[in-house]
Amino acid sequence: MTQDMIQTDLNSVLSHEEIQAIDAELAHVPYKSGAAIDALKIVQAKRGWVSDDCLIAIARYLQMSAEQLEGVATFYNLIYRRPVGEKVILFCDSVSCWISNSDGIKAKISDLLGIDYGGTTLDNRYTLLPVPCLGACDRAPVMMVGEDLVTHLDEARVQLLFGQTTEANKD
Amino acid sequence: MPTITIDGQTLEVNKGDNILEACLNAGLDLPYFCWHPAMGSIGSCRQCALVQYQNENDTHGRIVMGCMTSVTEGARFSLDAKNAVEFREAVVESLMLNHPHDCPVCAEGGECHLQDMTVMVGHRDRRYRGSKNTHRNQYLGPLIHHEMNRCITCYRCERFYRDYAGGTDLGAQASRDRLYFGRQQDGVLESEFSGNLVEVCPTGVFTDKPFLADFSRKWDLQSSPSICGGCGVGCNIAPGERYGRLKRIHNRYNHDINGYFICDRGRFGGGYVNSKRRINFAGLQGTDGSFAAINQEAALSKAQTWMQNARIAGIGSPRASLESNFLLQTWVGSDQFSAGFSDAEGSILNRQIEILQSTRAMNPSIKQMESADAILVLGEDLTNTAPRVALGLRQAVRNKSLAMAEQMGLPDWQDAAVRNLAQDALSPLIIVTSYSSRLDDIALHTLTLTPNEIAEFGCNIAARLQGKPAHNALIDEIAECLSGAKRPLIISGSSMLQGNIIESAAAVAEALCEHNANTMLSLCAPEANSVGAAMLSQATNLSLSNIVEGADDIDVLVVLENDLARRLDPASVKKLVESGTKIIALDVLENTTLDHSTLVLPAASFAESQGTLVNNEGRAQRFFSVFPPAHDRLPSWQWLLQLATCSGSSQLSALTHFDEVVDACAASRPIFANLSEVAPDRSFRDRGQKIPRQTHRYSGRTAVNAAVSVHEPQQPIDRETPLAFSMEGLNRDQPAALTPYVWSPGWNSNQSLHKFQAEVDGPLKGGSAGLRLLVSSTKGVQKLSLTTPVSEKSDLWQLVPVHCLHGSEELSRHTDEIAELAGDAFLTLSIATAKELDVDEGDRISVAGCGDTISLTVKIVERMAAGCAGYSIGFASTRELTTGAEVHLQRDIAWQPLKPSLIASDRDSMHIGGVNRHV
Amino acid sequence: MEKVLTRNIGPEQHTTNLAAYKANYGYRGLKKALTEMSPDDCQAAVKNSNLRGRGGAGFPTGMKWSFVPKGDACSPGHKYLVCNADEMEPGTFKDRLLMECDPHQLIEGMLLAAYTIGADIAYIFIRGEYLVAIQRLRDAIAECYANSYLGERILGSDFSLEMYVHPSAGRYICGEETALINALEGKRANPRAKPPFPQVSGLWGRPTIVNNVETLCNIPHIIDHGADWFKTLGVGEDSGTKLFGVSGKVNNPGCWELPMGTPIREIVEDHAGGMRDGFQLKGFLPGGGSTDFLVPEHLDLAMDYNVIGAAGSRMGTGTMIILDDRTCPVGMVLNLIRFFAQESCGFCTPCRDGLPWSRQVLEDIENGAGRAEDLETLAYQVKYIGAIGNTHCALAPGAMEPLQSAMKYFYDDFVQHIDAGHCPYHNGKGAL
Repeated sequence: MTQDMIQTDLNSVLSHEEIQAIDAELAHVPYKSGAAIDALKIVQAKRGWVSDDCLIAIARYLQMSAEQLEGVATFYNLIYRRPVGEKVILFCDSVSCWISNSDGIKAKISDLLGIDYGGTTLDNRYTLLPVPCLGACDRAPVMMVGEDLVTHLDEARVQLLFGQTTEANKD
Repeated sequence: MPTITIDGQTLEVNKGDNILEACLNAGLDLPYFCWHPAMGSIGSCRQCALVQYQNENDTHGRIVMGCMTSVTEGARFSLDAKNAVEFREAVVESLMLNHPHDCPVCAEGGECHLQDMTVMVGHRDRRYRGSKNTHRNQYLGPLIHHEMNRCITCYRCERFYRDYAGGTDLGAQASRDRLYFGRQQDGVLESEFSGNLVEVCPTGVFTDKPFLADFSRKWDLQSSPSICGGCGVGCNIAPGERYGRLKRIHNRYNHDINGYFICDRGRFGGGYVNSKRRINFAGLQGTDGSFAAINQEAALSKAQTWMQNARIAGIGSPRASLESNFLLQTWVGSDQFSAGFSDAEGSILNRQIEILQSTRAMNPSIKQMESADAILVLGEDLTNTAPRVALGLRQAVRNKSLAMAEQMGLPDWQDAAVRNLAQDALSPLIIVTSYSSRLDDIALHTLTLTPNEIAEFGCNIAARLQGKPAHNALIDEIAECLSGAKRPLIISGSSMLQGNIIESAAAVAEALCEHNANTMLSLCAPEANSVGAAMLSQATNLSLSNIVEGADDIDVLVVLENDLARRLDPASVKKLVESGTKIIALDVLENTTLDHSTLVLPAASFAESQGTLVNNEGRAQRFFSVFPPAHDRLPSWQWLLQLATCSGSSQLSALTHFDEVVDACAASRPIFANLSEVAPDRSFRDRGQKIPRQTHRYSGRTAVNAAVSVHEPQQPIDRETPLAFSMEGLNRDQPAALTPYVWSPGWNSNQSLHKFQAEVDGPLKGGSAGLRLLVSSTKGVQKLSLTTPVSEKSDLWQLVPVHCLHGSEELSRHTDEIAELAGDAFLTLSIATAKELDVDEGDRISVAGCGDTISLTVKIVERMAAGCAGYSIGFASTRELTTGAEVHLQRDIAWQPLKPSLIASDRDSMHIGGVNRHV
Repeated sequence: MEKVLTRNIGPEQHTTNLAAYKANYGYRGLKKALTEMSPDDCQAAVKNSNLRGRGGAGFPTGMKWSFVPKGDACSPGHKYLVCNADEMEPGTFKDRLLMECDPHQLIEGMLLAAYTIGADIAYIFIRGEYLVAIQRLRDAIAECYANSYLGERILGSDFSLEMYVHPSAGRYICGEETALINALEGKRANPRAKPPFPQVSGLWGRPTIVNNVETLCNIPHIIDHGADWFKTLGVGEDSGTKLFGVSGKVNNPGCWELPMGTPIREIVEDHAGGMRDGFQLKGFLPGGGSTDFLVPEHLDLAMDYNVIGAAGSRMGTGTMIILDDRTCPVGMVLNLIRFFAQESCGFCTPCRDGLPWSRQVLEDIENGAGRAEDLETLAYQVKYIGAIGNTHCALAPGAMEPLQSAMKYFYDDFVQHIDAGHCPYHNGKGAL
């Protein structure tokens, strides 16, 4: 693929800011594919997920094949290759939270939001995903909602957080 | 050599080997999946487990992986220890959790390594009660079928495709028990070596798609040792036949040349053997131009009437066997014979032979090329002109990483570790070509020069090596890189039809030889027997244009397996046809020459005949018929013997059998003196029996034609070779040239190869196949003065030939799948030229000034020499274009883009639910 | 007890800026090393301190460092120090505390480690979910660059170090040091075969040391106060202090810095406040999800590497997970195996296919569909997957530890599930 074409493709897919941020990462790796994970995270940061177009654009920018980058993207839990809601709920399903009834809390959340793991609410506000231990076991059960760590979960707390979104997501 | 103990048995093993290799060398059946002799170990499948003991008092030991454990003096192991046996069974049981029970409908069944290993470890009963994971399959093009559910996650496909062959569009995705090996989205696999996935995959994930559509089990195939006719490399192949159809081609191991891998042209390009365009009967052209089929006797008697007291000339062929060419030349006389090259190619190839016989440099096999530590490529796009050599260079550039590993005491088979250590460190490869090559990704430097400039550049390097200051930093760097190397390799060839490039390559090699006796020089030739045909050439031979010019004086012209329209310009063909000369053409497929012939004789293809081919390195190799020719087809050598007899010539009257032809050829010239030793003659017997072409489990031998006749025919008798069209006999340790297929008790897949190797990854027990006829000399290449015309600046573009793996070779392009991949003829332009001419990829461009004006599809490449445009050579619509011609280029204004249409295989992909998204 | 690792950390106390850190003797160890000690001196101090890795394996830190080629033995090029801050072991919550509350302590530890091994580039490979820690570390690193604690010629010495924070894209296996290196290289995080060890051929093929956060946080104090002082901190056979944690049905779940060798009973009963009313201690995982269960009879053991090892488990991360008498042990093991099966990288067969098989069997048992032969199958899998060396890395053997010990201590529970055809605790619906 020719350099001109790369440039055109990139400009139509990746933003100037994204390319700048990727360039900053490239400054301290010995070869471009070394910044693959950083680049995926950069692109995901604003868009929420990495689309096929983005994946291919990043791959070209890093002089990798789409297959190579897809291999990396699909390996990691926090790279999303499907659209997600405005906030991702990372619900801890590991052992300390499980002992503290995380299964029950999760059922309650699913009930309130109308989604199971992997699902996105109809109003596109939340996507629910399981996450391994969040390292806050002394405050179990816990989850992250977007960037916030929410601890000491119980049904009341969950009701408070998600109660008002229930109606909007009833089928 | 260290001594180790395995289950009480003391073994001397090779220093530096791993235990798996040591076990296989000792004939012990240690199961494995992910390890591959050419790709080393990664320790992923955990199948080759055995127990290692600390010392003789240690009775417990611990499980280690054979492929990841080095042999050390005095080390003690057990294969039979209970926990090792149980563990190996547990691994297979785990692999079978998700593996479908679809062996009866799987193309791999009967030659499946997973089946073999499952039986070997004794796993039978399923305990797992869960459901199996399933995957969506991908459309991977017309050559490879994908069935991901069968995957056992050994990583071999990715490691071959990406790490070994440099392909980028296939790899591991996802993780845990959801691992997936495929492309990012549906599409044709890009690698020229994709077909090896079929043999690399230990089960049926990647299977041969054309074979699948016309399927037979391995045990039902009749095979023979054969040589690929796709290019001048001479890879060894094992074609398989049933019901008179060439079903598939597998790699046939040759330690020195192709090893375990062949290119896709070689594997899939044999489909033309089953083509509807094959010639089945002799044809006599009538006055209206149509052909009437006549039988062999009638054809010969017709020829006889023409040949009485006639002046007979012959045109040989670089794709016909040495024997056929020899017979034709001997019959008509060397002064009435043309080797069949185009004039330009003929002189280059003759010079090539001269250089290879006078150079002090070593003319390397691919195995030897893989040891190079600095490589200079002059003019060749190797992936398309000598594909297997290109694959070899991908291994050679890893020598730097192997050296780094050695320094750290890391064995070379520790594949992942060596790659992690070396990262992107590669031995230097410098590519000087007129346009992008498929090896550019591993090159230290790529230079884009016109053909003349390439030669000049080569000469400058040679001069610099001889001490002449270059005043050019790049030339200094390349010269130092080559002179600093232990085993420098210079590769060039005739593909650009530019003799001075070869001269310059020879000059570089010679200059290096002054100080380094390990210098290698390899020159690529275009066709399977180009070198052989050139070696047969004599000073008295005619050139093709001599023949055209003197056509009026020739009564009968015998054309051997040669489409002259590929060698002569259309005007010359016309002149020849109109001369009134009777043309007797022997060939396999319909072509332009046959269209204009008076008498057409149906020749057997490579799969139905035998002969010797001489490859790039001057190695003579014998191919043997896989099945007897059907209809009235005869091997060309037999037609020629009969024609010679008809003509009243006594030259060949003493010859009846193929072996006698070989002996006569051997006696004819000192260079062929050892020709009879290329392979055993027809009298060879192994323990009193011939070598069977059919497997011991060949089914329905006497009933296979029951649909035609219930009478059980006798098996065809092969009177010409030591092989039998039968299943009796041994296929075990005969000479390597006679190994039709690999199969060993318990090892039904191609992994049984190690039972045929003298040691793992070593030569076959039957020795090396083939015989080197060309040897280097001590005298050195005599320098020719180069004429480098100064190209004048003009608004004309110089045409350079672009070779295509799929499409440029004459016969393979008559295979449907190859034709599909070849696509339309095209013209390659640089980005700048495309801009200048206002054309984009896929547009059409008019080429004027070389025959009629033609319109070609534009392809844009990253590198294209200034003032040059590349045309796809070997395509029917570029036949009028000649290399070096200067042409006008202009956007084809009459052309309108068509609406996108689906090609056949895309429709398939839609059918299976694939989505073709634009990349 | 003297607080070492948490001297700047309290219930209301975070020390996130350079000034505050320096105020409490921060960077004193660094200054001492750069002015008074050669890298070899530092190496000797760490080796003599008997500091063992706090990430889970407990490998002696000084010995690990000693494998890094130095001087002429090392080919020219970079050397790397990587801080493993990818805390994801189920039930482990100690490194988060150290990074969120005292980022400069970690940076000082890394500076000293890099100085000792001759590294010129350092990475902090941190859990992507640890957003607060990431920000605080980045802020702290920026402060260091601004004040000559990072960058060229640190504090006027010949020592230079670049430091980057690399938030992980999320995968338990990244905690394995060679998988972590692959992740840093932008690749799929499959562990690498060893040898070669990362100390010789690691990140980008160069010598690399990977140390846990807590391990590195010990270094400034060892350099500042000396190895002998460090050895006196432990009350058992191991040196130094350690962050110990307890989660589960205790009155006061939490994380405390205590001397190495502190008895388990003291941690559970005094610091964690004992079991909540109505719950009895049935067993515990002493150091995260991949350690073997211990039971009440082990409560008086000291938290020392060898002591816990002799009892059939591992110190691991030192963060205990308590199994109470109202939580189903089969369900707990199922939760853990499900996690490990999910987090397997898929590289080697026993782990990739064996763990989902174990999970399926445990699911059947927990859901009342277990069969008598399932216990044999589980025992077989423990044997087949559980031995180090049978698999490519330690993930699967780690996964088998809670399973094998649960089958040892809570065998009756498994049998009851199968006999009753349902979970006797919560009918298979998880814990209360």
